[in-house]
Amino acid sequence: MELLSGADILIRSLADEGVDVIFGYPGGAALHIYDALYRQKAVEHILVRHEQAATHMADGYARVTGRVGTVLVTSGPGATNTITGIATAYMDSIPMVVISGQVQSHLIGGDAFQETDMVGVSRPIVKHSFLVKKAEDIALTIKKAFYIARTGRPGPVVVDVPKDITNPANLFEYRYPSSVKMRSYTPVLRGHAGQIKKATEEILNAKRPIIYAGGGVVQGNASELLRDLVHSLGCPVTSTLMGLGCIDSADKQYLGMLGMHGTYEANNAMHNADLILAVGARFDDRVTNDPEKFCPGARIIHIDIDPASISKTVRADIPIVGPVEQVLTDMIEAVKQLNIVPDKTAQDAWWKTIEEWREIDCLAIKPTESPLMRPQQVVEMLSKVTNGDAIVTSDVGQHQMFAALYYKYNRPRQWINSGGLGTMGFGLPAAMGAKMAFPDANVVCVTGEGSIQMNIQELSTCKQYNLPIKIININNQALGMVKQWQDLHYEKRHSHSYMDSLPDFIKLAEAYGHVGIRVDRYEDLEAAMIECFSMKDKLVFMDIYVDPNEHVYPMQVAGGTIKDMVLSKAEGS
Amino acid sequence: MRRIISILMENEAGALSRIVGLFSQRGYNIDSLTVAPTDDESLSRLTLTTEGDEGTIEQITKQLNKLVEVVKLVDLTEGAHLERELMLIKLKAVGAQRAELKRTTDIFRGQIVDVTSTLYTIQLAGTSDKLDAFVEAVNGVPIVEVVRSGVSGLGRGDKVLSL
Ligand SMILES: Cc1ncc(C[n+]2csc(CCOP(=O)(O)OP(=O)(O)O)c2C)c(N)n1
Ligand SMILES: [Mg+2]
Repeated sequence: MELLSGADILIRSLADEGVDVIFGYPGGAALHIYDALYRQKAVEHILVRHEQAATHMADGYARVTGRVGTVLVTSGPGATNTITGIATAYMDSIPMVVISGQVQSHLIGGDAFQETDMVGVSRPIVKHSFLVKKAEDIALTIKKAFYIARTGRPGPVVVDVPKDITNPANLFEYRYPSSVKMRSYTPVLRGHAGQIKKATEEILNAKRPIIYAGGGVVQGNASELLRDLVHSLGCPVTSTLMGLGCIDSADKQYLGMLGMHGTYEANNAMHNADLILAVGARFDDRVTNDPEKFCPGARIIHIDIDPASISKTVRADIPIVGPVEQVLTDMIEAVKQLNIVPDKTAQDAWWKTIEEWREIDCLAIKPTESPLMRPQQVVEMLSKVTNGDAIVTSDVGQHQMFAALYYKYNRPRQWINSGGLGTMGFGLPAAMGAKMAFPDANVVCVTGEGSIQMNIQELSTCKQYNLPIKIININNQALGMVKQWQDLHYEKRHSHSYMDSLPDFIKLAEAYGHVGIRVDRYEDLEAAMIECFSMKDKLVFMDIYVDPNEHVYPMQVAGGTIKDMVLSKAEGS
Repeated sequence: MRRIISILMENEAGALSRIVGLFSQRGYNIDSLTVAPTDDESLSRLTLTTEGDEGTIEQITKQLNKLVEVVKLVDLTEGAHLERELMLIKLKAVGAQRAELKRTTDIFRGQIVDVTSTLYTIQLAGTSDKLDAFVEAVNGVPIVEVVRSGVSGLGRGDKVLSL
């Protein structure tokens, strides 16, 4: 057997786990590990400018590939800087492993320099965490960490590694385990066959069924299967913010996104359905509105890998715990096996009603007095210029909702956003992680002038590693989403939602060695965007000035049913 | 409704804090908690009592089950079970009260385990209700100090919580 130091064992374990890239930032407690990185080529390290960005990059990488994103940081401030990124991944069930250096074992608990109880600080926002006690445990711990992060309902795992156990002076036998079994961790592998059959019968007998698909379909690699099921049933389907792309937005049976800023047809179809098949979705409060008033006439079938997601906010009539992929496969089979002919008259009537809702055309961009460009137009143009084919990441705010509603997604893992935590500052590093994974794809970050400044320093990392992503800064000179709420609920008192003294983003982009393009008029937008995307090997920062007074619509009325919504500013005020 | 949840968990540093943390993080109450190693050195047994409606208890057990260090758990209150709690109570015992206290202790099948000229320390085991009843029964006698172990328990008959 080979003899290696703890630090070398750690890096070799990552390589043997199949990790090709790791996002990180060095420091005292991680120096032995960084020295081990220097001695090898299997694992590429990307040096970020802030540890939070490292976690979002790993997260973006994980979301576009379905693989585990990996992060390496030092103890204390390095470790605490990852917290927002870990929480972001946790809320959206993203597989991630964060390795943090720790002070030497004998110093732990003594308030040593750069000591933070990382396992303690991260505890509520991780799927699991480890404090490695001895070098002999490193390989198995890494194996377990990746296994836990990736399987069941995925999530972030922290591995805290005291400096002394990575000491290059001490050598240990290295063998990377080929598999791991844990008696206390056994993810469900199959949904209950009886429940699946019962559910399928109910779906086939329903008069007004709808499928409500969530991020679990994307994460569970079940988009193709979902499409098959949707087409074989002929029923309408809606998607959550996290599920966008699991159905082609051009699909006739697709009603668009549901929820707080969902479409009129999606929310109305949910409210009036007699059967809801929820697939990998979790009845989040941004979907249901008041859960007490949620879809009163519907029987609810809920497929989820996590039993705790079922009947948490809305009671399921038929719960199915299992991997979405397997459950949908069996359901499609059951549709074929069961000799149930759906009620054609009822289905036609259902579609007729839905078409009437659709005709409202709730996403049509309504004319205003203002001559200024509209943020919706920017996203529509982006969709057109990129043929609806780019990987789009977003930050958080109005621009995020516009990017969700107006870009025409056609495949899973194409739309990347922080849905659960709503983390401003996510978009740019997530785009970088995506670009690392798919260097040949168009990767676009749709952001706002507020959000982009929360991780703007990563423009420097983009330069170092030549990551020619495109940044679409929808500049409304305000924390638009906050301002919208203040308009609606605080009598237009704009308390600290204005951004005074914005930087010159063009000069800023140039200072980092990139290209900046400013656009003020809609007439110039198409040409400018075409130019932007023609610069294949350049990071281009498009600073696009839009109407600062625009609101996101449709918007649910707080405390109402899922379908209680306002469709325009005129209606809202 | 009061529930007794008994958990078999990995005997590892940090496992307990994860369980306790889950309760505070998600806004559930822990009314009592006891934990100790089992005959199998690698496992600890934790028993806690909590209050909540059916939905809350369902969430609590599901969330607990998700913790990687939790091997198995059971809601003992779902079936016939045994529960025991230990109490040590130090009471002021002077004059006629001494005989009275001795009698009450006998009735409750407790033992006087320490004595001074003015104090009795009484040991009592049983359900939480029984311990409460004892405290009620000695009402009037000044209590100097009370310590209770929290509930532990197991299912009756064939029902076992093991690997
Ligand atoms: C880290 C963080 N802080 C605060 C918020 C609250 N918040 C949500 S949207 C928003 C405004 C975002 O402004 P901008 O990026 O300019 O986007 P816009 O809404 O104007 O499109 C804020 C402050 C948040 N989501 N994340
Ligand atoms: Mg803004």
